Amino acid sequence: MSRFTASPFFIALWLALLFLPFKGFKAAGILFIALFAAVSLLKVFKNYLNRDSDHYFINILRIAVKIYGRCPYLKLRSIALTLLISGLVMALPFYWDDYKIDIAVLAGIYIILALGLNIVVGFTGLLNLGFVAFYAIGAYSYALLNTKLGLGFWASLPLSVMLVTLSGFILAIPALRLRGDYLAIVTLGFGEIVRLVLNNWDSFTKGPNGIGGIEPPHIFGMQISSLGHFYYFVIIFVLLAVFIIRRVAASRIGRAWIAIREDEIASSSIGINTTAYKLYSFAFAAFWAGLAGVLFAAKMQFVSPESFTFMESVLILCMVILGGLGSIPGVILGAIILVMLPEMLREVQLYRMLALGSGLVMLMIFRPQGLLGGKGVSFRS
Amino acid sequence: MFTQQLINGLTLGGVYALIALGYTMVYGILELINFAHGEIYMLGAYLGIIFLAFFTAIGLTAYSLPLALVLTFVLSVIFCSAYGFTIEKIAYKPLRNAPRLSPLISAIGVSIFLQNYVMLTQGATDKIFPNLFEKAGIEFIGTRVTYTQIFIIAASAVLMLFLNLFITKTRMGKAMRAVAQDKVMASLVGININTVISATFVIGSGLAAVAGLMVAVYYGLVNYSIGYTAGIKAFTAAVLGGIGSIPGAMVGGILLGLIESFSAAYISSEYKDAYAFIILIIILFVKPSGLFGKTQEEKV
Repeated sequence: MSRFTASPFFIALWLALLFLPFKGFKAAGILFIALFAAVSLLKVFKNYLNRDSDHYFINILRIAVKIYGRCPYLKLRSIALTLLISGLVMALPFYWDDYKIDIAVLAGIYIILALGLNIVVGFTGLLNLGFVAFYAIGAYSYALLNTKLGLGFWASLPLSVMLVTLSGFILAIPALRLRGDYLAIVTLGFGEIVRLVLNNWDSFTKGPNGIGGIEPPHIFGMQISSLGHFYYFVIIFVLLAVFIIRRVAASRIGRAWIAIREDEIASSSIGINTTAYKLYSFAFAAFWAGLAGVLFAAKMQFVSPESFTFMESVLILCMVILGGLGSIPGVILGAIILVMLPEMLREVQLYRMLALGSGLVMLMIFRPQGLLGGKGVSFRS
Repeated sequence: MFTQQLINGLTLGGVYALIALGYTMVYGILELINFAHGEIYMLGAYLGIIFLAFFTAIGLTAYSLPLALVLTFVLSVIFCSAYGFTIEKIAYKPLRNAPRLSPLISAIGVSIFLQNYVMLTQGATDKIFPNLFEKAGIEFIGTRVTYTQIFIIAASAVLMLFLNLFITKTRMGKAMRAVAQDKVMASLVGININTVISATFVIGSGLAAVAGLMVAVYYGLVNYSIGYTAGIKAFTAAVLGGIGSIPGAMVGGILLGLIESFSAAYISSEYKDAYAFIILIIILFVKPSGLFGKTQEEKV
């Protein structure tokens, strides 16, 4: 019986049957054939892997994986490649049209967000499902400071970022009493409450209509309004984020975070004040989300609660997980992939969330450490 | 006004309680917040509409409405249970020994997948459940109670009673309680853990399907995104009652329904969806073990 239920035929039939009521016989039939082929292939491949693991093909694969595993580390350190990449990044606006630069700017903002979330989830091992709340607070505080009080970008930036960091503290103080998945749910609730408040406090935030007419930033009296300028502007902040986060991660604080992630009880027993360090981690991450929010508001010149849904939190989380928890190059790669991919695959955009969902499941099963994640990254509660 | 809100709250609470039971049962056994559970409830509502439309198309509804309704009910529950079973096998079973947050992320993936799966196959617009029962009801101390409301309250009560009997009296129920207490010991005394876990998912999903169906009948409108909010609220209910505790989920669900209905009526209805989150956060800070839960010591 169990041999039959594990057969590709049965698996495909079962899943096609589940699909049947939703789209009718024809679609279910097509799905059955596709699944049958896919599962059979997977089976054959798996048998092949199991039967002769010393096969030269497998060895080549293994070596390739090994090289692949080491490459990014070596590459990113080699100066030549760094120069090449930075040259490319700098030259891109000259070759791209506005549409592509627009996406690149968005990717830059997401990189900052993902780097921020990586501090909490990747370094400290605390799952934050409401990260978008900080992003929203950052964006809205710049929008409000600018439109209500007339403050410029540079005056609002520190104020907004301070406000966000403070809100990170406020959420963290009570939330950190909770264990792993409870913490995840509380942060999710926080994110939803922030969005609901933005959506319903009509007199202050203009509700679902959002706030428009936000001023773009000025540098030396020059307004940054063209996309190309904004691209370089965002890159400066991305570099700043990478530099600072790398330094902090390598410091005593960063090492304490990683110790907490690996074993909270052990780290508290060697004298790490786990509550305090978790608090720093939350606030530091919120800081970057706030910065990203300010940049987002300045770029779009418009904010509305629609940009700050739970799906956004999940998307940022996906970037961190896809790239590799705790790995800065990985997270940058993850953010770039997840911003660029849907734009490149415009025709299949409908299926993008479907792929994102199943991709998350498969990633957790087959490569929980992400594309560039190192060994030893583990979640504990 | 007061009795009206009471009835509304009980109706809502019954639905929350049924979904919360699925959360609490899975959490009790796997210590996993089954994020995809809300989507099973949404699938239940959709399947109800699909099957009823199918029976109407083949003329069964015109021939005998009760028969069509019973068949719709049974088929939706069977399908949802099958979905729950399959999700566990595909997305959670391979991660049983993984770090604790891995299955949680996998569950979020399943939830996103199912939402978009339904959106792509059934369209993003609201689906309408045929208005079969009109708005008929009875007058009761100056309050109108519709038959749908009576049915929801009664059906949730009966299902909860049966579930309680199942958990306390049957062999499988006993096995479930044993696995929830200690997986290794349970397997040592000959309990097949995989069967128990599958059974938990099947029962939990069946209950969520019933909740989804009843909501489809009650509101008459279904959307692919209803699972997320309902799931979070039901989770709140489970935490309120003490997650892992079955009577806790029942009480928590009904309490949450009442709180939501009364605060929407007497405080502000704009923040209707925020109350659940606020309550959730308050409980987690004040008494994370909930009303009926036991406090757990953290083990090294």
